[in-house]
Amino acid sequence: MAKAPEFDVPEAGDYIFTPPVLPGAMSHSQPFVAKEAHQEAVGYPGELIDNWQEVAIEKLGEMTKKYRGLQVYLDSCVKCGACTDKCHYFLGTGDPKNMPVARQDLLRKVYRRYYTLAGKYLPKLVGAEDLTEEVLDDWYKYYHQCSQCRRCSVYCPYGIDTAEVSMAAREIMATVGKGQKYCNEIIGKVHKIGNNLGLPEKALANTLEGLEEDVLEDDGVAVKFPLDVKGADVLLVTPSADFFAEPHIDGLIGYAKVFHQAGLSWTVSSHASEAANFGLFIGSYENMQKVALRIREAALELGVKRIVFGECGHAWRVGYSFLNTLAGPFDFLDSNYPVPQHIIEVTHDLLSQGRIKLDPEANDDKRVTFHDSCNVARASRMGSKAGGQFVLPREVIKAACNNFFDMRADTIGEATFCCGGGGGLLTDDLIELRTKGAMPRMQALKEVNEQHQITHMAAICAICKSQFSKVLPYYGFEMDQIISVHQLVGDALVMDTEH
Amino acid sequence: MGLFLSVILYGTLLVFVVGILRKVIQYATIPAPLKIPTTPAPTTRTGVVFRLGREVVLFESLFKASKWTWLFGWLFHFGLLLVLLAHLRYFTEPVWWWVALLAPFSPYFGMMMMFGLAGLLARRFLVDRVRYISAPSDFLMLVFLMAIAGSGLIMRYWLHADIVQVKEFALGLLAFDFGLLGFNPILVLHLVLVAVLLLIFPFSKLLHAPGLFFSPSRNQVDNPRERRHIARWAKPLDGNRGEKPHG
Repeated sequence: MAKAPEFDVPEAGDYIFTPPVLPGAMSHSQPFVAKEAHQEAVGYPGELIDNWQEVAIEKLGEMTKKYRGLQVYLDSCVKCGACTDKCHYFLGTGDPKNMPVARQDLLRKVYRRYYTLAGKYLPKLVGAEDLTEEVLDDWYKYYHQCSQCRRCSVYCPYGIDTAEVSMAAREIMATVGKGQKYCNEIIGKVHKIGNNLGLPEKALANTLEGLEEDVLEDDGVAVKFPLDVKGADVLLVTPSADFFAEPHIDGLIGYAKVFHQAGLSWTVSSHASEAANFGLFIGSYENMQKVALRIREAALELGVKRIVFGECGHAWRVGYSFLNTLAGPFDFLDSNYPVPQHIIEVTHDLLSQGRIKLDPEANDDKRVTFHDSCNVARASRMGSKAGGQFVLPREVIKAACNNFFDMRADTIGEATFCCGGGGGLLTDDLIELRTKGAMPRMQALKEVNEQHQITHMAAICAICKSQFSKVLPYYGFEMDQIISVHQLVGDALVMDTEH
Repeated sequence: MGLFLSVILYGTLLVFVVGILRKVIQYATIPAPLKIPTTPAPTTRTGVVFRLGREVVLFESLFKASKWTWLFGWLFHFGLLLVLLAHLRYFTEPVWWWVALLAPFSPYFGMMMMFGLAGLLARRFLVDRVRYISAPSDFLMLVFLMAIAGSGLIMRYWLHADIVQVKEFALGLLAFDFGLLGFNPILVLHLVLVAVLLLIFPFSKLLHAPGLFFSPSRNQVDNPRERRHIARWAKPLDGNRGEKPHG
C-alpha cells in the first residue's frame, strides 16, 4: 500500500470547497529539468543558454505571429475572475498562481512588458514585468502545474485556453534550454523506438504472444494479438501502457476480443506502437508532427484500410483534432470510416449493428461510474454529433454493465475534472501536485460512492488510469478501483467459442 | 471650448478606429494552425455563428462560471449599449423613432451601468482570488467607466447641460462644422473621459471585444476529421504529402 505521504493530502469533503488564496503554497513543486541528451534528442539546446532572456522574448514574439490563439488570449483577458475557482490544482492547493488567469499572467506580464505600448511605458500600472530569472523559475514551476485540461476555457467568456498558454511557455523554455525531463525523454524514445516506454519490437512481440496465451487460458478462445501484419484492415494505435500496465492491459484484451468477435482483421504496428503524443504537452508542432507521422508511415507500410485509436485522452485529442492536419491527407484509407476512429466508436457501431453482443450480467458484481477524461471531453468528439464523446462511452458501459451511476453533473461532461496527472505531469517528481490536484475528482467519487456504493470507476485514458491507480489510496479507495471501459466490454462480450 | 473638444474627439476617434482596425487585421491574418475549439463545439459554420451570438448577447460561458460576475457584467454591458443607443438622439435630426422611444429611459440604463460596475469593483476588493489577479489598471478601468456614467447621470439630475447646444455641437461634429459649446465642467469631463476611453481602447484589455470573435476555442467549427485544416506556415512541413501520388 501507499507509504505515508510527505505532504498533507487535502480532504475530500461533502462538497468542493474553494480554498482561500495561499501564496507560495506550491512554489516548491517542480519537475526535473531535462538533461542535455533529452533536450538534444528533441531539437533543443542541452542547457540554459547564455542569452536566454533575449531568445525567450524573441521566441514569444515569434509564437504570437504563428498562433492566433496565443495572440488573442494574451490581449483579451479582462481579469474577470470567472476561471479562478475552476482549476483542480488551485482547488487542491490554494496556490493563487494555479488560478488559470494567474498562470497565464506569468507569460502575459512579460508579453505586455516587451510587446505592448502600456507595458513598455507604464509597466506598474498594467502589471507588466521584466523577464528575470525569478520569472523564468515561476514559469518552470507553474507551467508544470497545468495539465492542459481546458476546464478553464469552458468558463472563460472569451474562451481563453490556459493549455495553449502553458504549451507556448513550455516551448519557449525548451527553446532556451530549460525543458522538462519527463516529456522530452519520452519524446526522444518515441522518435528512436516508437513508443513512450522504449519497448523494442521483440519485447512487444513477446508481450502480445503472452496475452494470447492468457486469454486462451482464461476464456478458452484463441484471440489473436497481431503485430505488424501486412494487409490487415485495421491499424490499432494505442498507448504503450496498454501493453503492460494495470489496469490498462485488460482494456487492450477488451479491444482484441471485440475485433475477434466482430471478425475484423487488425494489427498493432511496432513502428507506431504509441498513441500518446507528448509533442502536444511541450507545445512543439514539429515534435508532435514527427510523432504523428509514424502513424501515417505505419498505415502505408502495412497497407491498412482504417486507423483506430485505443483508450487514451490526449492521444485522442491529437488523433481526432490534429492527425489529419499533421499527417494527412489520408485519402489512401477506406473513406467509409472516419480517420481516425476511437475504439469506443468501433464498439458502439458494432453493438448498434448487432455484430457483437454484450451480456451485462457478467459485470453484476460491479457498480460503476465513469470519469470523463479531460481532453476527450473538451478537445475532441466521438460519433457524428457534438457531445458524442459523453454519450457513446456511457452507452457502451451501460450495455456492458447493469449498475451505472454518474457523478455529480458539474463534475462530468464538459465540466469534468482532470485526473490530476495529464499534460506531461504523470511523473513521480510531481506526486504531491498530482495527489492534491486529484482532490476535486476524488470528492465527486466519494459523493457518488456514498449514494450508490460504487465499486469501480471506468476511464478511457492511459494517464487517468495510471494516475488513479497511484492516487486513489491517498483518498481511502483501493488502487484497483480504476478500470478500463474495454475491460467491462471484454468481460461482458458474448464470445463464440469456435471462430 | 467647442473647438478644443472637437479636435480631441476627432483625434481620439481616429486613434480608436485605426487601432482597432490594426488589431482586427492582425487577428485575421495570424493563422490558427490547429483545430482547438473547446468541445462540445458546433459542427457547422451556422452553429458557430450561434455559439458566438450566445457569447456576445448572453455571456453564456460567464453564466456557467459565476452568476454574480455574470449579473454585474451583463448589466454593465447592456446598460452601456442602451445608453449609447439613446445617445443617438444627439446625432439624429429628426430623432429616429426607436431612439426617441429609448431616450426617456436613458438614466435608468445609466444606473444599470453604474450598478454593474459597482458590483464588479466590489468583487475586485472583496473576493480574495479576484483581488490577487487585479492590477492597478483593472481597478482604474472600472473607476474610469463609473466616472463616465456618473458624470452623465449628474448632468441628467443635477447640473444640467444645455441640451439644445449639445445637440447642435454633436450634429456639428458629424458635419465637420465646429460648433460652440458653453463651458459646463461636468460635460467637459464627460467628453474628455470618453475621448480617453477611445484612446486606450486599442491598447488595453478592452481588446476583449474584437478578441472574442477571433478566439479559436470559440470560433472554430468542429470538423477536423472531415476537412483537413492546415496553416500557411505549416504547409512547407507537409513535404509533398498534400499532393496526390502519381501513377
